[in-house]
Amino acid sequence: MSPLNKRRWRNFRNNRRAFYSLVIFTVLFVLSLFAEFFANDKPILVNYRGDYYTPVFNFYPETQFGGDFKTEAIYRDDEVKCLIISGGVIDCFDAPVEIMSEIENGTFSDPDFEKGWMIWPVIPYSYDTPNTLDGPAPSAPDANHWLGTDEGTRDVLARTIYGFRLSILFTIAVVSVASAIGIIAGAVQGFFGGWLDLTFQRVLEIWGAAPSLYVIIIMFAIFGRSIGMLIFLVILFGWPALVGLVRAEFLRARNFEYVRAAQALGVSNWTIMFRHMLPNAMIATLTMMPFIITGTIGGLATLDFLGYGLPASAPSLGEMTLQAKRNLFAPWLAFTNFFTFAIMLSLLVFIFEGVRDAFDPRKTFA
Amino acid sequence: MSVLSVENLRVSFQQDGKSALAVRGVSFAVGKGETVALVGESGSGKSVTALSTVNLLGRNAHIEGSVTYNGQQMVGADEKALRKVRGNDISFIFQEPMTSLNPLHTLEKQLTESIELHQGLRGVAARARVVELLERVGIHDAESRLSSYPHQLSGGQRQRVMIAMALANGPELLIADEPTTALDVTIQAQVLELLAELKRDLGMSMLFITHDLSIVRKFADRVCVMKDGEIVEHGLTADIFDAPRHPYTQTLLSAESVGVPDPVPADAPVVATTDNLKIWFPIERGLLRRTVGHVKAVNAATLSVRAGETVGIVGESGSGKTTLALAMMRLIKSEGRIAILGREISKLQKRQLRALRRDMQIVFQDPYGSLSPRMSVEQIIAEGLGVHGVEAGRNKRDMVAEIMTEVGLDPATMDRYPHEFSGGQRQRIAIARAMILRPKLVILDEPTSALDMTVQVQIVELLRGLQAKYGLAYIFISHDLKVVRALSHQVMVMKRGDVVEAGPRDQIFDDPQSEYTKALMAAAFDLEAAAGAGV
Repeated sequence: MSPLNKRRWRNFRNNRRAFYSLVIFTVLFVLSLFAEFFANDKPILVNYRGDYYTPVFNFYPETQFGGDFKTEAIYRDDEVKCLIISGGVIDCFDAPVEIMSEIENGTFSDPDFEKGWMIWPVIPYSYDTPNTLDGPAPSAPDANHWLGTDEGTRDVLARTIYGFRLSILFTIAVVSVASAIGIIAGAVQGFFGGWLDLTFQRVLEIWGAAPSLYVIIIMFAIFGRSIGMLIFLVILFGWPALVGLVRAEFLRARNFEYVRAAQALGVSNWTIMFRHMLPNAMIATLTMMPFIITGTIGGLATLDFLGYGLPASAPSLGEMTLQAKRNLFAPWLAFTNFFTFAIMLSLLVFIFEGVRDAFDPRKTFA
Repeated sequence: MSVLSVENLRVSFQQDGKSALAVRGVSFAVGKGETVALVGESGSGKSVTALSTVNLLGRNAHIEGSVTYNGQQMVGADEKALRKVRGNDISFIFQEPMTSLNPLHTLEKQLTESIELHQGLRGVAARARVVELLERVGIHDAESRLSSYPHQLSGGQRQRVMIAMALANGPELLIADEPTTALDVTIQAQVLELLAELKRDLGMSMLFITHDLSIVRKFADRVCVMKDGEIVEHGLTADIFDAPRHPYTQTLLSAESVGVPDPVPADAPVVATTDNLKIWFPIERGLLRRTVGHVKAVNAATLSVRAGETVGIVGESGSGKTTLALAMMRLIKSEGRIAILGREISKLQKRQLRALRRDMQIVFQDPYGSLSPRMSVEQIIAEGLGVHGVEAGRNKRDMVAEIMTEVGLDPATMDRYPHEFSGGQRQRIAIARAMILRPKLVILDEPTSALDMTVQVQIVELLRGLQAKYGLAYIFISHDLKVVRALSHQVMVMKRGDVVEAGPRDQIFDDPQSEYTKALMAAAFDLEAAAGAGV
């Protein structure tokens, strides 16, 4: 790491709020990347008649465990549970619950019996698992569903974890691509200036005036909803965010003496832009980043809330907010959403505040 | 009794948890009606000392010791007491008049602000006082100037306005922090004269901070020489100049670029010529961008430089010196013939020019601005090699190491970043970057102006040595006539885009023909305002 970056890292670490925010956020995000291992309706590991199976990764038909169907085993069904634990005893189709309790008590005996086991994730529901409830949905938090269930009887905690992951991944995809396009476009405009710049500015003005919401509705109507399409459309209308900023930085930097010096050496335009000028623009870009990131997360939630966002099956925080609005008698929905957004956005803002300060050469930390 | 008395002042700055001592135990006093000069090179702590007297430093500064103004302790005094003294009893003039004035306020507004605050004058009375002040500092037709904005004034006028602001409340002590450094020589002389006159008439005391010893000699009663945060020598001006005791003072006093350039061999080939070079920037108006006029940056500049020869271009700011240099490098558009090594380059395309760039290089004024802060020294110096290729059988790092040794840098430092080097070292890096391509022509655009005197001398020596060794042709641009005299064979004097006078060095310096050249020489070598030069 260069001395400059070392200094920045030191400054960042000295900013305790930013540093701990980064630690917490990283832990949450990395955990959510492995959400399948602790919020899933499939066991992590199955031992059936001495063989090991990993349903999290692989598809196993029910027939694998002595069942009838060639479709994927539904591990949450009592019959399937019984078959796995008992090693495929036929009686499981008739009285699974009794057999399981007998096995637990050690009183069960059958010639085919061979004890098996399953390791379940901490939260044995995925974001789209429908549950059988005692009362009407949404149900309040209890020992089974720690944050209750939503309108569709799905576990709120599982949906939150997957929704968090989806929000962040969506944001990373959108922001990285949109920023890259925006930076390159701004760089070209600022560096060359003149007619190219003027023409492009007019194009941007027209582009910025396009009603993106209508375009999203129309495109979804034609091509159907999908996450890929949504990412594409949000990037399509999101990339000009950085253009003005980078353009201004480049307009300023092209008169710097070291840029002149590089021109005098005969260095090519692209090299000058990326080696000499882009590092200057990076600081202004970083300053804008927290706003762009929180804006993208909020934008996704807004689209979902309005019903124009992700497909209905996807775990979406915005869709859950809509449910919270529809079910004001179920405050666990609203509270979960509120705290998820508040914590996620605050952590991101704190982190980028720290990053920005660390890049500021005048800022000192006594 | 002294007006300002500083005893054992220590100032330290906190950064990254470390504390850096900038001023280490400084003591001096300014008596009534006396001018004391703080002299030293950049980084010696002279400005910090001045600013700490009324606590104008940032929050990360820690001040110890004692500063008394008329018996009143300033160190540790509360904001309210300090504010009463600042701008009222103790006034400041700063170096850069453009950035010290608010660009969005008219002169009237800038000046009235402080008068209203400290004297309680309002409306017509305040306005009358402003006009009086502006006339006092020599702004003609002050009444009509009241509604001007800072950018409508020249550098000298802006500094006069700054002085008027400082005088507004009849201060007892004026602290002038390099008040003339950013000004051209002729204007510098006028501003200094004004300050001296005001001091005499108003009976002020003055603390004068500068790195320029020739000003001190004319101007100060007593001198304190600062080095690394300490006063190494102080005494009456005459004593210090006649018999400096401390070795550092002796170096400072002898730091002047002297000597004559080596003669050019008679058969030296011509490296570069320009013929009636004209650089006009069009002023475009309206929707269709019609050209309604031109900013005439350079009119008809003709020059020729041979191998081993230096052509000095002198002139005040705005005279078109740098524009001419950039046009010769083909970095901006121009009209007229430019030939490098006998080859016409003014019509060449960018691609064809690239190969020629090896032979012509430029070194810029500001060693802080001309090096990319995010590249290591090796990357900076080797950048040209990336374009023009490494010599056959050579390694890039070896070539960088060789050129670094040649310009007087330690090759072991090549992986460091520019900010770890001093101003003089940075200028050596910039010279190395130009020299690694072994050019025939080097354009030096004020290469010594941003440097301290002692460092200037070293850079001039280095340039002279390189010229002798490789037979380089230099075009040397400077407003500092002493350096030009030490380096140039030919001299060209420019004023507002026109070449006023050109000829061999001795002729220009010893027997200037035009009025303008005479005024320049007088200002540079005698520091006396030439009548009629006009601000």
